[in-house]
Amino acid sequence: MDLRTIDASPSAEERLAVDSVLGAPESGWFGGERTPLDGHVAIGGLSLAESRRHLLLPALHALQARVGSISPAGLGYLATRLDLPPAEAYGVASAYALFSFEPTPSVVVHVCDDVACRAAAGGDPTDELAQRHGPAGSGTAVTWWPSPCLGHCEHGSAALVQVAGVRGGRGSIAPFAIGDMDRLVAMGAELDVEDLAVPLALVPQAGAGSTRLLRRVGQVDPASLDSYRAAGGYRSLRRALDLGPAGVIAELKDAKLLGRGGAAFPTGAKWEAVARNPLRPHYFVANADESEPGTFKDRVLLDHDPYALIEALTIAGITTGAEKGFVYLRGEYPVAARRLEHAAAEARNRGLLGVDVMGSGLTFDLEVRQGAGAYIAGEETALFNSLEGRRPEPRNKPPYPVDRGLFDKPTGVNNVETLLSVLDILAVGAAAYAAIGTPDSTGTRLFCLSGRVEHPGLYEVPMGTTLGALLEMAGGVAGGRPLRAVLMGGAAGSFVGPGDLDLPLSFEGVRAAGTTLGSGVVVVLDDTVDTTAFVGRIAQFFRDESCGQCVPCRVGTQRQEEILGRLAAGRPLGSVDDELALLADLDQVMRDASICGLGQTASSVVMSALRRGLIGNGAPQGNGRNP
Amino acid sequence: MTTLAPAPTPVALRRRIELSIDGEAVTVAEGTTILQACRTLGIEVPTLCYLETLAPVNVCRVCVVEVEGSRALVPSCSRPVAPGMVVRTGSERVRTSRRMVLELLASSVDLSTAGGDVHRWIDEYGANADRHGPAGGPTARDRAHAGHHEASAVGEAATVAQVVKRDNDQYVRDYSKCILCYKCVEACGEEAQNTFAIAVAGRGFDARISTEFDVALPDSACVYCGNCIGVCPTGALMFVSEHDLRASGEWDESRQEVTRTVCPYCGVGCNLELHVQDNRIVKVTSPLDHDVTRGNLCVKGRFGFEFAQGG
Amino acid sequence: MYAVDPRRSTSAQWADVWMGIDVGSDIALANTVGREIIRAGLVNTEFVRRATTGFEEYAEAVEPFTLAEGERLTGVPADLIASLAHDYARADRAQLCWTLGITEHHSATDNVLALCDLSLLTGHVGRFGSGLVPLRGQNNVQGGGDMGALPNKFPGFQDVENDDIRAKFDARWGVSVPPTRGWHLSQMFDAMEHGELRALYVLGENPAQSEADTPRAVHLLEGLDHLVVQDIFLTKTAQLADVVLPAALAAFESEGTVTSSERRVQRLRPALQPPEGARDDLEIICELARRLGSDWGHPSAEEVWDECRSLSPMHTGMRYDRLESLGGIQWPCPSEDHPGTPFLHGRLWAEDPDKRGNPAPFMPVAFEPPLDELSEEFPLRLTTGRRLDSFNTGVQSNGYASPLRRPETLDLSPEDMASLGVGEGEVVRITSRRGSISAPVHLERSLRPGLAFMTFHFPDQVNTNVLTLDTWDPKSGTAEFKATAIRVERLPDAVGAAPVLETAEAG
Repeated sequence: MDLRTIDASPSAEERLAVDSVLGAPESGWFGGERTPLDGHVAIGGLSLAESRRHLLLPALHALQARVGSISPAGLGYLATRLDLPPAEAYGVASAYALFSFEPTPSVVVHVCDDVACRAAAGGDPTDELAQRHGPAGSGTAVTWWPSPCLGHCEHGSAALVQVAGVRGGRGSIAPFAIGDMDRLVAMGAELDVEDLAVPLALVPQAGAGSTRLLRRVGQVDPASLDSYRAAGGYRSLRRALDLGPAGVIAELKDAKLLGRGGAAFPTGAKWEAVARNPLRPHYFVANADESEPGTFKDRVLLDHDPYALIEALTIAGITTGAEKGFVYLRGEYPVAARRLEHAAAEARNRGLLGVDVMGSGLTFDLEVRQGAGAYIAGEETALFNSLEGRRPEPRNKPPYPVDRGLFDKPTGVNNVETLLSVLDILAVGAAAYAAIGTPDSTGTRLFCLSGRVEHPGLYEVPMGTTLGALLEMAGGVAGGRPLRAVLMGGAAGSFVGPGDLDLPLSFEGVRAAGTTLGSGVVVVLDDTVDTTAFVGRIAQFFRDESCGQCVPCRVGTQRQEEILGRLAAGRPLGSVDDELALLADLDQVMRDASICGLGQTASSVVMSALRRGLIGNGAPQGNGRNP
Repeated sequence: MTTLAPAPTPVALRRRIELSIDGEAVTVAEGTTILQACRTLGIEVPTLCYLETLAPVNVCRVCVVEVEGSRALVPSCSRPVAPGMVVRTGSERVRTSRRMVLELLASSVDLSTAGGDVHRWIDEYGANADRHGPAGGPTARDRAHAGHHEASAVGEAATVAQVVKRDNDQYVRDYSKCILCYKCVEACGEEAQNTFAIAVAGRGFDARISTEFDVALPDSACVYCGNCIGVCPTGALMFVSEHDLRASGEWDESRQEVTRTVCPYCGVGCNLELHVQDNRIVKVTSPLDHDVTRGNLCVKGRFGFEFAQGG
Repeated sequence: MYAVDPRRSTSAQWADVWMGIDVGSDIALANTVGREIIRAGLVNTEFVRRATTGFEEYAEAVEPFTLAEGERLTGVPADLIASLAHDYARADRAQLCWTLGITEHHSATDNVLALCDLSLLTGHVGRFGSGLVPLRGQNNVQGGGDMGALPNKFPGFQDVENDDIRAKFDARWGVSVPPTRGWHLSQMFDAMEHGELRALYVLGENPAQSEADTPRAVHLLEGLDHLVVQDIFLTKTAQLADVVLPAALAAFESEGTVTSSERRVQRLRPALQPPEGARDDLEIICELARRLGSDWGHPSAEEVWDECRSLSPMHTGMRYDRLESLGGIQWPCPSEDHPGTPFLHGRLWAEDPDKRGNPAPFMPVAFEPPLDELSEEFPLRLTTGRRLDSFNTGVQSNGYASPLRRPETLDLSPEDMASLGVGEGEVVRITSRRGSISAPVHLERSLRPGLAFMTFHFPDQVNTNVLTLDTWDPKSGTAEFKATAIRVERLPDAVGAAPVLETAEAG
């Protein structure tokens, strides 16, 4: 490669930030002081550079946290250290929302204005903020920007605070009121994110005894391995080691566990495919890039029961023959990141991770990696690219991850809820697990209730529970107002209406009704919510989160947003019917021709809203039902 | 090691695969893509981001076809054939997606110097850019922050229009004409030049081809091989000579002759195609089907011809 | 990939290992690698036994080159030399590629032989993907040799001193070709010096600027009785000529063939009309012949080529239409149904001893450091080379506005700049045992202390070859451009100016 490095000297802070991730420079050729040996030797080359590239994202995080932005000199130093072309490094970094490339105030507050908080607020949650503290991006010491969903939906408002400095990092505030912003502005650079209170998790069923995935939330000390073990932790790993890989896979198949990530793929079959693949090494990834608007279940589980994921991922690793695992956690979950790191370290200290897991002679270890503000990184192949230090762009499938995934090797990937369900299956046995729920949708399922509901929070119910029963558990519509619609599944989901309360929440139930469980999002809208603006926010979300790789999604999401803007303003191009025809064409090309699920579902909510008369004057299009 | 036998030259002894395309049975070698199979039958499949010398990136999606049993349409440029595959290239679904891809590009990108095929396809598929509204004006796209955007003015169709980048004496970059096919990035990177002076930066509609921090080419790693120009399908990347002749209205391909010869510089033996108008070289390309460099050149071969025409 | 180069060049950035050897220590490195391959038991013994001779002598000759000795002579750590030896020997396929860093030395031919010996030792020759690859710097430097532009060869490397061969050419041409070899370039200049060469016909070369020790070359050219220069430009050499024959540009204005590094013969086709008065080389030569009393008519390029094919067996199958349809053909191509030959020496692997033919001899070579020794007076090692966007003396390449171009500089390591107290862009005096020039300094991190670099692309601005040594390799006639001892001095009016070193820290 014709590496030309950026001709600017990094500051001492920038060097320290990068070196905190990469260690001291190996030689004068890669960022260190020149020595006489450097005159005769350089060890480098493409294969070495490729093998280190995965450290790009962690090092970018370090620069952003310490300096507050990625400067040309900082990126140049990082690129030199990794022997990576600066243009490539810039291309990767600029795909993430949490990195900035211009000098930025040392405190940046990302304020959620996404669907759940919008529904809860009954309007744009940032309006008051803008009036009091100036428009987005203003402010010299402290600034704010609107943000897509931050995963604190049950609180109805949330902010992610990014602070630059020696003790820089990210912290969360939820609920987030205007007074919080006043306080942040007053503190300025004095703020230490570690001092921010950990947001509570609203789990109305906590301690009720009827829950399985949620049973330790609020009951164990998330910092204490002993507390976790006292609550039954690591019994599932013990059982998995006793059963051996074939036994574990048989249990998953008998339990009929389907993945909770949206595609409902049989987990046992996936694990078996990885385990049997002769190519080595294998990897296993926990997808904790929970970014679907309205979803907060991973946050609750990982903030309050982090050891459960460590144990579950360990089981996945030893079952599928992976010695290395990754937790890919969205960058907006700083508390979960700290707690998972701590839990992994404790587990390692106690022989539950590393070269001899629980005395089995088997090796498995894991790393926690954080995203940096990119919904698309939750798509499994984009996630692999992100972990590898490439742009978070989905790959073409096939090949599938079980054949060629992370680092082009066989890879298992499951989301957090699926992995935690494995713990439960191994704890109670496949038969007992399969007895819960419906014959085709076994076990329990988590639902994230937010919006205009009396008791928002994370709920766990057996598969097949009706939507009405779930809403009833949550106290129904807030204030007893009329139900207008429920957004199921998040931004990639669809609406159901007041007539759908008998909808059974099972894979087969929602499929028959033309909707989706998705990531368990249930955003309740009453008659006060401006549904046109609500749907417009979803269109904006896809426009902002498209990776830009394929034409249907890159331009289609832009055009979809424009049309909704015209409809909201009552200024259609031509007739309303022309606009609807255009939306239908966009829907078809995005669904049919996009590379990945983001583009394929980017029009789902919009089309569903049209059918239900939730856009503009409220006249439903078609029969009002999901197809 | 004591191997004595010469290592065998790789021989293509590939399995034959039978499939059906538009109702016609066809047998091709394993590993053939659907696109290649269509071409053996003489079925035209439009392509924009595909080039036979580059690994398919399948991002433009104009080559999609319907494959029975597949939920979504399938990019024919990258999908290998499989036994018994049933492919349809002209169904209404396929035509709608192709029309929309062309329409979305035509409504957001200046295609005025794209190849003739592109305009023919736009007509054939009935792509109508106008129904997306009047085109929005130029914007400063290079500073767009991922996830931050202002909705465009109501009634306007956002475009990628922007100021032409002219920062060196040999070629201009007019990204108002960029369809983001990734070919230039591939050619600058691991598919040919391995210089990595440019990458895709930003995301979504703001995604763009960029050097690090959008620095000018002379401050980047660019080595002016011009291989990016060679693969650009829309004229976004163009010789200064062509750009200026077009600007002055003198560019006239009907008066040009293209002659294939061998580069006068080093000993690699790259073939040049000299595009000559009025006894002056106005552009240099290299044949994709010549296996010495498969369309690629260096700065001397691409631009170093001035000595032959007296400055 | 291992890159061996005194500088960490762009290509070296690609390498898994860059070995920055001391200039001119190539044989020491090769011999050390050879000894280590033998010591580690990694010799391809079957190949060596069946296809080579002289292994014992070779092994004996490289015996003194222990890893420690190799490190002492080359500056490269012993463990890296060992890993190169092991990786090369163990590789399924391996190539040794080189350019002028091997051949522009007084030991040019020996440098090449030392590499050939390694390929014999390991069997990395004559197989698909394995071999020896000299990369040519000009589009037809291979073709020039192929066509007999060598003192002792006819086209197709047929020996002038072989009576049978000569008889074939005599019969076809109707003349009697002199039975002794001629002079190569460096010998010609010596002959000029001794008064044995009095007239010179130069085609498309610019020796007044490209030869080492330029003042001597110009002096000798000026002293000729008659100098004819045929060129597309009025070069510095042409300016010295009695007669200048303006030529059409071979590449863009005439018909013919050239042969690339990989022995591929390809056709040239005219794309431009030559300027008024300039004529095709072929036309000029035929006209010259006619005026010298030998009418060759007006043959087309294809007719000349067909004559060549009829006399040179390795070109016999290369009909114009085949060159066209196959995208060029690699010699040897002995018949019109032959596809050409992608790699040479495959016969060494033949099972049948008759097909295998003569075994390839090991050619042990001794190491001798560069002739222009470093001393207190001349403490810096200057090596010369090319930049990507420029070409030799710049006659072709200086005409276009390359965005990469910068004028000639003396490239120095940051350490040497600091110890000399010179700043970026400061003009300094550079002196070798032959002469003195001045040039601005440029900081170059690819250089280590003690190593300096210049090009010779801009002889009108800085005539680098004033400094270089014209001692040539007796076997190839190539001068030792790559190793010159110099000293660098600040110019009087610059002394006291603050050194500018702000880029020294640049990552």
